[in-house]
Amino acid sequence: MVKSQGQAYLQIRDVVKDFGGVKAVNHVSLDIQKGEIFALLGSSGCGKTTLLRMLGGFDLPTSGSIVLDGKDLSNLPPYERPINMMFQSYALFPHLSVWDNIAFGLRRDGMPGDSVAQRVEEMLKLVQLGKFAKRKPHQMSGGQQQRVALARSLAKRPNLLLLDEPLGALDKKLREETQLELVNIIEEVGVTCVMVTHDQEEAMTMASRIAIMSEGRLLQVGAPGEIYETPSTRFVADFIGNVNLIDGTLAEDHPDHVVIRCQDMTHYVGHGITGHQGMDVSVALRPEKIRLSRQEPTGQYNKVQGKVRDLSYFGSYTVYHLQLGSGQVIKVSQINAERHPEDVLTWDDLAWAHWSDSAQVVLTQ
Amino acid sequence: MSTTPAAASRRSWWSGRTAVIGIPYLWLLVFFLLPFLIVAKISVSEMETVTFKDLLTLKEGVLQLSLKFSNYVFITQDDLYFRAYVASLKYAAVTTLLCLAIGYPFAYFMARARATAQPLLLMLVMLPFWTSFLLRVYAWKGLLSDHGWVAEVLVALGIDQLLAAGGMIATPGKLLNTPFSLVLGMVYTYLPFMILPLYGNLAKMDLRLLEAASDLGASPWVAFWKVTVPLSKAGIIAGSMLVFIPCVGEFVIPELLGGPQTLMIGRVLWDEFFSNNDWPMASSVAVVVVLLILIPLALFNRYQAQAQEAGR
Repeated sequence: MVKSQGQAYLQIRDVVKDFGGVKAVNHVSLDIQKGEIFALLGSSGCGKTTLLRMLGGFDLPTSGSIVLDGKDLSNLPPYERPINMMFQSYALFPHLSVWDNIAFGLRRDGMPGDSVAQRVEEMLKLVQLGKFAKRKPHQMSGGQQQRVALARSLAKRPNLLLLDEPLGALDKKLREETQLELVNIIEEVGVTCVMVTHDQEEAMTMASRIAIMSEGRLLQVGAPGEIYETPSTRFVADFIGNVNLIDGTLAEDHPDHVVIRCQDMTHYVGHGITGHQGMDVSVALRPEKIRLSRQEPTGQYNKVQGKVRDLSYFGSYTVYHLQLGSGQVIKVSQINAERHPEDVLTWDDLAWAHWSDSAQVVLTQ
Repeated sequence: MSTTPAAASRRSWWSGRTAVIGIPYLWLLVFFLLPFLIVAKISVSEMETVTFKDLLTLKEGVLQLSLKFSNYVFITQDDLYFRAYVASLKYAAVTTLLCLAIGYPFAYFMARARATAQPLLLMLVMLPFWTSFLLRVYAWKGLLSDHGWVAEVLVALGIDQLLAAGGMIATPGKLLNTPFSLVLGMVYTYLPFMILPLYGNLAKMDLRLLEAASDLGASPWVAFWKVTVPLSKAGIIAGSMLVFIPCVGEFVIPELLGGPQTLMIGRVLWDEFFSNNDWPMASSVAVVVVLLILIPLALFNRYQAQAQEAGR
């Protein structure tokens, strides 16, 4: 991890939000650097939206503070914060044209008319909606409304941009197209951005760092790859992507490797862990890290035989559900690199699954 | 092939819709448009002791259409009618503005009250309808008479001096049968008609729009004027129409609470019909009242439709 130089741009310090005895946000501390696109990811009710609303000023923290660019904002109302938000389903003013929607915030600041016009034109150009300036929001498609909302939230050149489920109201196809476009615009403007989403693909595609939230707490913060490849807890491993979680005990504990005995297999992990012999652990093994073969692989570790119970063909890859001796089913995904492979596994075939000694993540909590 | 089930059901749905819309229109046609045409006819008829002359007469092979417009000419010439029309429009406008000023905050806080409290608040607004309108207006006579307690409170607070200074009452201490008592009675009576459409409108407003306004730098006060008020325009218009239109032709309240200064058109109509028994004259006055209300309404609707078109 890169250590930040001096103070972080946005500091969330030990923030708690208590809704009548329920801690929606429970002692959250977070540092976000200037220019970052940061995603708060979690299932609904995990507190991510409450945290975002406290950044925007719509809810005030019960305790803790929020510091942006060295200035404590914790108790300022939204209209005094240099922060703008793109609301979920946009909250565009239905009685105002696209042009007036974008100009709304600028006019509140008492900006002179010609500067307003100039900035609005600039924003319309940025989101490529120049032709639609006179339209009312209800006369536009969902994707266009989303761009108006983005333009409106960027028009005041906020120090911090908040995105609440930015693509949640769009259909899947449009969402994928819009993700990168949105990132490009945000990076072009260079604004620091915190987004909230329940869609992990969206978070991974758009954000430079992600925080996983559950029950009001941050479970893990890191770059998308870090969180995916080295989850710190069973919850995170299970939450992000697909994973096989296999319970076992630590049989041999060496500084450079460990051996974990499970019911169906024995894992040889090529690095040391902090733990002690005999301790209960879980091994997280992602489906794409496993390979399948009909012949038994050499070596005594990191392999298991099972029967193909189910297979799901996704075009680019196939997921095999392999039932092991104990009854546990593990998922294995195989890339379909060849168009017509000769020997394909099918239902009820016996197959060996095997993986390298760096494929697993050992989880102790 | 031609009558698929879908097409058949669409047709029956369509005819059902026609019936639902058509019956009220038929009602209005029979009980509003036809009577209005009869009134319009009477207004241009000649009286013949107790009956009206036919407009069309066939005399010695000559078909004669005689329309007597002298009543309308008289309306434009006699100051009395003009003043009564102006007074009616003035008091209706003042009543509408006061209802809006009182009703808007009322409806606003009602719409923002806890969801569980709203039905009760709504019922309280409608509660006065459970008592006869006539009794309620009559009660004001007692409250505002010299020894009525409302009058005494107003006098004790010195409000009568303010009203006298503003020309709403002639002499301090005398509240009844003045423009003040008239407007008070009309505001009191018509306030619910302002509140209900406003409440309906404000209650369904998307509150996230206020958050968005706040986020973009609008203080609550600015957000109210820039977002809430423009979005409640439909409610303001509906409430204002519901108050203004009946107020223009109001007869009972001016009769009970108004005074010599407050001659409104309803009173003139009554006199023409029942004191003078001059039905053609009375009908002319009535036709002018209807036109006076309908023409601005029609112009307004046209403007609205054009604004909608322009927005597209």
